[in-house]
Amino acid sequence: MSEKRFVKDRLRRSMMFVPGNNPGMIRDAYIYGSDSIMFDLEDSVSIGEKDTARFLVYNALMDLKYGSKELVVRINDLSSGLGIKDLEAIIRAGVHVVRLPKTETAQDVIDCEREIERIEKEIGIPVGSTGMMAAIESAAGVLNAYEIAHASDRLIGIALGAEDYVTDLKTTRSDGSELFFARSMILQAARTAGIAALDTVYSDVNNEEGFLAEVDIIKKLGFDGKSVINPRQIEPLHKAFMPSEKDLAKARATVEAIEEAKARGSGVVALNGKMIDKPVEIRARRMLALAELASNFTVEEV
Amino acid sequence: MELKTTGIAGTMESSDIQIVLEPRTEGGIEVSLTSNVMNQFGKQIVKVIRETLADLKVENAYVNAVDKGALDCTIKARVQAAAYRAAESDEYVWRTKA
Repeated sequence: MSEKRFVKDRLRRSMMFVPGNNPGMIRDAYIYGSDSIMFDLEDSVSIGEKDTARFLVYNALMDLKYGSKELVVRINDLSSGLGIKDLEAIIRAGVHVVRLPKTETAQDVIDCEREIERIEKEIGIPVGSTGMMAAIESAAGVLNAYEIAHASDRLIGIALGAEDYVTDLKTTRSDGSELFFARSMILQAARTAGIAALDTVYSDVNNEEGFLAEVDIIKKLGFDGKSVINPRQIEPLHKAFMPSEKDLAKARATVEAIEEAKARGSGVVALNGKMIDKPVEIRARRMLALAELASNFTVEEV
Repeated sequence: MELKTTGIAGTMESSDIQIVLEPRTEGGIEVSLTSNVMNQFGKQIVKVIRETLADLKVENAYVNAVDKGALDCTIKARVQAAAYRAAESDEYVWRTKA
């Protein structure tokens, strides 16, 4: 293989958790339309079934077709001794991105990267083929978010894992105020590294109102997307991340005005009497790019 | 691979297959299969079980399989897991995807 298995900059509105020991969900994962699929070998798998889940996810990656979806596997942490075994299997099976749980320091990322590199060399694929993402799930991890986000060129993003985090803080999930600091830290860290900022799961799947309120918060903050644990959450999430028709029309007009001014050789661009400066242009172009990606995004036949 | 004890993997849930592997010293592989798609896929399931065991160099074993509509990749996964458990080994050999 001559190219990377992962794409650094892509649409990641939704990353769906699939328990690694559930053959039915592994089979159906691609039909729900999430941008990424994350097979879990960690917390959703009991300690006595780590081996069977690893075999299931390995064989699914080897045999099943998931179209253009990003395929992520959450491994067990390396200190448990299970994480290395997970890596040996899933890198051989062609995983796109390895999700590192409970990342506390940049060294955690570097240690995992060293193992990935060793396996890539052993199987004769280019070093750097496999992507990584780090889940931050503790106060220490949040405070080290900047170093973590910059720890490896393989990183496509960093994510908040809120359940462990609020426990570490001695609080519980509520209206989101308890996560404001962590989300802000993770977002700034991700942006300085040019990678994705991904939010935690919302576990009360029957509370759509609560889910949408949380989506509203993270979208306003600037997150790229969110982990989901139930397929029902995918469509409302994607809808919320889609710009409105009104905003899109404005963005199109903005870009047209810029192109027109460029064609005239004019350095100053105005739309409806207002000057368009650089940040306005960047936001407009980004919105159009997101809308285009989203409209091209369909569930392929596989 | 030498089987030392009985190895079990998989569940009775939909889309899964439960594999019970018992060692024996001779007589090759004997498969007993129960499946809710026996008429349509029985032969294919037995074929995948046999191929997976051959791949692992398991030559003699009793296999008791209860299928609930598992895909081939699930059958392989459950047979592999049951075999390593029966061999009491975690020296896994992974193929590299072409």
